[in-house]
Amino acid sequence: MDQIQAIEVHNLVKKFGNFVANDNLNFSVGQGEIFGFLGANGAGKTTAMKILCGLSKPTSGKIRVAGYDVTRQPDKVKKNIGYMSQRFSLYNDLTLKENFRFFGGIYGLSASEIKNRTVQLLDRLGLGNDSGKLLSSIPAGWKQKLAFSVAIMHQPRIVFLDEPTGGVDPITRRQFWDLIYEAAAEGITVFVTTHYMDEAEYCQRVCIMVDGRIDALDTPGNLKTNHHAANMHEVFLKLARKKST
Amino acid sequence: MKGFIYKEFLHIFRDPRTMLILFGMPIVQVLLFGFAITNEINNAGIAILDESKDEMSIALTDKLLASGYFTLKENLRSRDEIEAVFRKGNTSLVVVFEPQFSSRFIREGQAAVQLIADASDPNTAHLLSVFASGIIRDFSGDISIINKPPLTIRIQTNMLYNPELKGVFMFVPGTITVLLMLISAMMTSISIAKEKEMGTMEVLLVSPLKTWQIVSGKVVPYILLSFINALIILLLAYTVFAMPLRGSLLLLLAESILFIVMALTMGIFISTISNTQQQAMLLSMFALMLPTILLSGFIFPVENMPDALQYLSHVMPSKWFIVIIKQIMLKGLGITYFWKETLILALMTAFFLIMSIRKFNVRLA
Repeated sequence: MDQIQAIEVHNLVKKFGNFVANDNLNFSVGQGEIFGFLGANGAGKTTAMKILCGLSKPTSGKIRVAGYDVTRQPDKVKKNIGYMSQRFSLYNDLTLKENFRFFGGIYGLSASEIKNRTVQLLDRLGLGNDSGKLLSSIPAGWKQKLAFSVAIMHQPRIVFLDEPTGGVDPITRRQFWDLIYEAAAEGITVFVTTHYMDEAEYCQRVCIMVDGRIDALDTPGNLKTNHHAANMHEVFLKLARKKST
Repeated sequence: MKGFIYKEFLHIFRDPRTMLILFGMPIVQVLLFGFAITNEINNAGIAILDESKDEMSIALTDKLLASGYFTLKENLRSRDEIEAVFRKGNTSLVVVFEPQFSSRFIREGQAAVQLIADASDPNTAHLLSVFASGIIRDFSGDISIINKPPLTIRIQTNMLYNPELKGVFMFVPGTITVLLMLISAMMTSISIAKEKEMGTMEVLLVSPLKTWQIVSGKVVPYILLSFINALIILLLAYTVFAMPLRGSLLLLLAESILFIVMALTMGIFISTISNTQQQAMLLSMFALMLPTILLSGFIFPVENMPDALQYLSHVMPSKWFIVIIKQIMLKGLGITYFWKETLILALMTAFFLIMSIRKFNVRLA
């Protein structure tokens, strides 16, 4: 099995002055995998993710995303990834269709591709008839799902989701995860940061970060058995407690 | 790229407030500055206290009134009435002739006229007294020529380039400058800061777009709109106020584009150091608008400022641009006369561009 990993990280270190945000991270994510990146606020997950997306540069380490080196071939990396930030990231004063057209255009999709994908993605969300509405008139939960659809519009190999379900009600969160599964089924690798432990259960593998280091990396099932925990929430608490003693 | 620019236009056209600022303000400002805030002298009310009522004082009075700058509101009989006439408010200058005006002038070669101006409005007072003394000197010159031709020196006050001292000619260049600055710098900095605030900037940065593409996508629409605005203002100045354009229109437009680009780079720079729209707006207001209005020579002449402020005014891009506009529009001069100002603007553009790029990279690291 010599298949190219979607993400490969070797000895990633990121320092801000004396503060070490990412302390020697090592992990890899397979193509089509749903990979959860967990940790408390300030544990360094957003920093690591920004480095993977090319929004920030590592202090040292070797990182390959979609088979390309993030420091040496950032342009190739960018073509192959999608990104959705924790802050809502579409334009409120554009219609749904215009948002799709704009972001499709940025990724170099042709006019007909944009049209097809827009119809396809909006129909999947059941918003096919609302394509001419201004985004500001759409409820918040739907916007999150739209932002995700826009992020995978150009069919990237990997989509990065930075706390995508922050401030969203449980039902919408559930629906959001259905979208993630559909995307993964199409072969898109999903790299998601979250601090909802129930969401960790949905991931195929999770990586738990504490204070800039990776404390655990395994399937949710294995983590629960190894830590004798009933759910991911307990696993997380046990790891956090172990550290404080 | 094309999609980006299109999207930016949609942002602008969908926001009524932005539209109002973009197109309502220039027109209102030009008209305001043109009509309301002028310091032209036109039929200023004067009163005359003639204590001699002889041939010469009457001749001089006629000359003053014939100039068109002054209208006689009242003839006073005694000095006690001077204050009362000012209080009435329609008189801003009182001319007092001393007794035996003609005879003293001819016999002693010297006679006194006193000008009393209402200096509660210092600018007008100053102008009125300058005008009146000009006319009086002119008059004394005329008389002297008749009496002792070889000795007289005739003082001639000549208002060059703006003989009617039209305030509009002064304000239009300033208004263009302020508005271009406002639209270019403030609007771009706000619109970029908005992307940051909304989180869309991150998405753009993750995308395959290059930094320069993002920045020019944001900036190009504003260059176009600012340019249209400059045209509107010039057209207004030309049609409504009959402002002359003695130099080359092409040169004027080229210089305007240079200034617009300069202001845009300032706007980009501001947006790199601010994270929210409000921050960007306040920074533009305080760092750009107020100094532009106050220090550029738009309202207060730079020459009258204290040294420290004069030095400060040199770093105001608008000061140089105002000079350029005036040279082209009023004097009809060519580029050879203001290549220095042009160069300064170009250097400023380069400076802000380099600073913004450096800032931008620091933020990404």
